[in-house]
Amino acid sequence: MYNDGIVNVSNNPENKTSAANSNAGVFSSSEDLAAVCKRLRRDIVTMIAQAGSGHPGGSLSAVEIVVTLYWKVLHHQPADPAWQGRDRFILSKGHAAPVLYAALAECGYFPKAELDTLRKIDSRLQGHADRTATPGVEMSSGSLGQGLSFAVGSALAGRLDKAPWRVYALLSDGECDEGQTWEAAMSAAMFKLDNLTAIVDNNGIQLSGFNKDIMNVDPLTKKFDSFGWHVIEIDGHDLKQVLDALNQAKTIKGKPTVIIAHTIKGKGVSFMENNVDFHGKAPNAEQLELALKELA
Amino acid sequence: MPEEVAPREVFGKTLVELGKENPDIVVLDADLSPSTMTKYFMAEFPERFIEVGIAEANMIGIAAGLAANGKIPFASTFAVFATSRCFDQIRVSVAQSKLNVKIVSTHSGLSVGEDGASHQALEDLALVCSLPNFTVIVPADGVETAQVIRAVAAHNGPCYVRLIRGKSPIVFDDNYIFQIGKAALMRQGNDATIMAISTMVAPALEAADALASEGIKCRVLNMSTLKPIDIDAILKAAKETGAIVTAEEHQEHGGLGNTVARILAGQHPTPMELVAVKDKFGMSGKPAELLERYGLTAKDIAAAVKKVIKRKV
Repeated sequence: MYNDGIVNVSNNPENKTSAANSNAGVFSSSEDLAAVCKRLRRDIVTMIAQAGSGHPGGSLSAVEIVVTLYWKVLHHQPADPAWQGRDRFILSKGHAAPVLYAALAECGYFPKAELDTLRKIDSRLQGHADRTATPGVEMSSGSLGQGLSFAVGSALAGRLDKAPWRVYALLSDGECDEGQTWEAAMSAAMFKLDNLTAIVDNNGIQLSGFNKDIMNVDPLTKKFDSFGWHVIEIDGHDLKQVLDALNQAKTIKGKPTVIIAHTIKGKGVSFMENNVDFHGKAPNAEQLELALKELA
Repeated sequence: MPEEVAPREVFGKTLVELGKENPDIVVLDADLSPSTMTKYFMAEFPERFIEVGIAEANMIGIAAGLAANGKIPFASTFAVFATSRCFDQIRVSVAQSKLNVKIVSTHSGLSVGEDGASHQALEDLALVCSLPNFTVIVPADGVETAQVIRAVAAHNGPCYVRLIRGKSPIVFDDNYIFQIGKAALMRQGNDATIMAISTMVAPALEAADALASEGIKCRVLNMSTLKPIDIDAILKAAKETGAIVTAEEHQEHGGLGNTVARILAGQHPTPMELVAVKDKFGMSGKPAELLERYGLTAKDIAAAVKKVIKRKV
């Protein structure tokens, strides 16, 4: 049901002790990333259909962000998920676990066949991301608003250890409703955490409707700017823009960076795009067939 | 009068000792370091002290992130703010995540005094004890507090330690050895058992002494570890003394009394009386006045013992 990835991992044992080499742990792949994105989208709709429940919309909107991170930016070693030198990727929007699971499986953290166990009893792939269950998952999320605080703590730990690894946190726009997100935003700027990059998957839709109708979080760029962050605004489906923004973030000193990534909820499947119904609903068999046809 | 020491003072000084011994110890506070006494650590190790401002949810999340990366974070604030204010963060980011976060609260219970109901945590133990993976400890005096802080630093997993605002009479001598999960026998006796925590341990001893003069010999146990609680000591007390009184500065719901009752209901039903706050919020007043008003004195404990003894089988 799932195609195997064509990804090679650097398994140089020296990487286990030092991340000083800037390419340590980074994937090398000859495959076009757009093709990887398409495959991940197929994995996402397939596993959610198989599970019979889940959140396709916010998983599909984050595909380019997650793929760029895992294929081009993060230093990581799938064979050694606890590798000290790894960059930390924190999925704050825990309901988008399927996009993370698809990427982790593709990278080799666990067999792709395991994607079929999503949300099933005794599975390592819990309905929301769970650090105690899944290799490669840094944080247990699902209760929105907690991830940026966790990321701040991780970035502080890295700085205390003078470690070269960086921290990346993926937030939803909807979870910017939560006050804790702004407590964390304030503290990240106060602590001058330039080893922290937050990405907001700004797809404009939350569970029960469009953000602008439920709780308007805009203007996010101005909000983060006034909180003391370096702000980059991009098209979150343009792979080049995503990569450029993530690279630019590494060069910003003295403050954290947030990338406001404008995305489309349900991206890639016509009837899921911008459709609030597919925030948290699985496609049925017919819809899955249609979706896979579109993603072929 | 026995010597009195503020446990939070001991906590602050012990943190400094731990900080010297272990570079992974970090301390977080939410704008209360002059009161929680984490100020000593801040002065000694400013680079390992994280002031989060008045933002307890963020404090717990940051502590979880630090713990996930090998640090041993002690997050401290008043008991009301350390638990109910950020319960979901404790639940998901710490407990479900099995992360090595130490939450040490001060200013618990009615004995906060004049600040009144909003500042008097009477439900924090119920909240934290309801979470899987948590170790929950309520030390009785300064001697025990020093050992408890060291024990939770050495223990790998989420811990909650509850301290008070005021001073506690010293009830342990220097030979006392605290162990997580072990009750401490304070008085031997077989007519009834008084199980107490924190501020209620000294009144429990006072009650036991008063009752002894009337010929009633009470066993007194300090139950400082509420979770995992010392089931063996509870069952032994139930079997050997046949009547139990619990005493705590906490709501009756979900505290020491409920925990003991739950264990005995399943394994050895025994007559019990619970000396605790009976489903009421606190109020402003002097600590001693409040403890008297809410029925949390040596006299109340002694009366409870006499009452429960009548129901012995």
